[in-house]
Amino acid sequence: MSAPTAAPEPLAETEDTAVHVPNRRNVELGLLALALIIGMFAYANVDLAVLGDLPPNFLAVGAVFIVLLGGAHLAVRYLAPYADPFLLPAAALLNLLGLAMIHRLDLADEQRAARQEIGTPSPDVVPQLTWTALALALFVAILFFVHDHRRLQKYTYTAMVLGVLLLLSPLIPGLGTTVNGANLWIRLGPLSFQPSELAKIMLTIFFAGYLVVTRDSLALVRRKVLGLGIPRGRDLGPILVAWGVSMAVLVFQRDLGTALMFFGLFVVLLYVSTQRRSWLVIGAILFVVGAILGYFAFGHVRLRVEVWLDTWTYASDQGYQIAQSLFGLANGGMLGTGWGQGYPQFVPFAKTDFITAALGEELGVTGLMAILTVYGIIIERGLRTAIAVRDPFGKLLAVGFATVIGLQLFVVIGGVTRLIPLTGLTTPFLSYGGSALVANWMMIALLMRISDRARRPLPDGTIDPTGGLG
Amino acid sequence: MSELALTLLRFGFLALLWCFVLITVSALRRDLQAPDTAAIATAPMRTGRKPARSGRIRPRNLVVTQGSLQGTVLPLGSAPVTIGRAADNTLVVDDDYASSHHARLYQTEGRWIVEDVGSTNGTWIERNRITGPTLLEPGAPLRVGRTIFELRK
Repeated sequence: MSAPTAAPEPLAETEDTAVHVPNRRNVELGLLALALIIGMFAYANVDLAVLGDLPPNFLAVGAVFIVLLGGAHLAVRYLAPYADPFLLPAAALLNLLGLAMIHRLDLADEQRAARQEIGTPSPDVVPQLTWTALALALFVAILFFVHDHRRLQKYTYTAMVLGVLLLLSPLIPGLGTTVNGANLWIRLGPLSFQPSELAKIMLTIFFAGYLVVTRDSLALVRRKVLGLGIPRGRDLGPILVAWGVSMAVLVFQRDLGTALMFFGLFVVLLYVSTQRRSWLVIGAILFVVGAILGYFAFGHVRLRVEVWLDTWTYASDQGYQIAQSLFGLANGGMLGTGWGQGYPQFVPFAKTDFITAALGEELGVTGLMAILTVYGIIIERGLRTAIAVRDPFGKLLAVGFATVIGLQLFVVIGGVTRLIPLTGLTTPFLSYGGSALVANWMMIALLMRISDRARRPLPDGTIDPTGGLG
Repeated sequence: MSELALTLLRFGFLALLWCFVLITVSALRRDLQAPDTAAIATAPMRTGRKPARSGRIRPRNLVVTQGSLQGTVLPLGSAPVTIGRAADNTLVVDDDYASSHHARLYQTEGRWIVEDVGSTNGTWIERNRITGPTLLEPGAPLRVGRTIFELRK
């Protein structure tokens, strides 16, 4: 044993620096204020362009958001003081932009109703605002009740049961409702609800908890082919089950997007937990097999692909939506038409699936790129959290949440811009729809809880004097 | 609303949106460049004197060489590592002879110190049961229960 070399002075300094770990809550507050200003700017701009006047309730709406976002920020200060400072403002900005666009499309609906002399439709922005308040309340509740994300690991199999039940619940007769050909809603009295959105949180918890335990055997390699380790035959079970469930979702619920998202999430987590590239290859092969089977077996999948490849043949019927979306994006061009000055209402379902097309038309490529960068920031912070946190369950959970948001975004925006066949998922935080908004805010809350763990200085004093050394 | 005013609003909005992005990215870059909090918390502020690590390999990984977790590699940062059976340890061992909170490793001046945190069966380096914080040299077998660890580059 070598003699201790530490002098007492640096150690004293060490303890001093440990006290001053920056938590950057003020950065969060500043960015949150900027996000609020941008959101209110958008709101004012919509009314100025469409109605020619400032909205009468402008200050009241501003006050509501100051209370909501300020409340969330204060909750983070007390409940998760070391949490990542960028997640909350980025998610809040997207949420506000979504509300502004939904309001803008409400105005377009009202004007159309007035022209056709039918009753004014009730604005969709009001329920969406209520859902935003509820989602932020749940955000605070999760930070309050989940002190330590590692406790969620105990509920690995509970989460699996809940997740699968939620995913399959639209199939229960009397509960499920078919909306626009996809069977992914349940109706409880007056509330309709999209359970796959909550299922993605449950299944991420399950995948993370399950893979933490089983990754060692799944990482085993029997032989190498072309530089890739081939896993043992019996370890193929889990990925085949995940593939089968995804195919079941595709067959029975006709929901291509959800199927793709869950299978992609499982493959990514399998790869991250085992560090074996062969799982990515096996996942890709299974995906291709599933896609080919889906194409030949199911008319709705084949139709989606044909519309994707040959949009203009179908531009007046099945491809109307995607064609209008492309016209809108072209009309927007580089700088957009400006809030309230395009025609995003021509795209069917502009408030839900096609909200990015509406934003692309009115804000242009310039605005859409800014929005995509904000998503990129959320995903980057999620992955950064995964790197920083030290427990393997937290790592997988953070990677899982970032992956879900990233995959969902790719599937939606790829569909809207005709990069890939249209699948129909909501755009996180932007789209109209309460269950999606609530689920996405819950994911942000859990990511912030994990990042609080990762960035918090250790409670037991960070370093011991080396006096007893040797 | 005049055409000019609407055009100004349109450009103003895009500018503000990009302001948010650019401010966030620049704040984020500072966050990336700053050492992570664990490093801030443990790195002694020193000037002039370099830590005595010349000629010594700096271990990057803690490797399990024997036991049920054999082959596991834990990349080391600068934060302490705790070993034990309880789920809140950094490295959770599935070993009936290990205690729920068994041992703790921490770094000082680029070297790793191991201490026993009140285990039943003790923490051993080679054949010696450690009694206090002890320097763990890279390559030396550290035994916790029936699991043996080693620091590696």
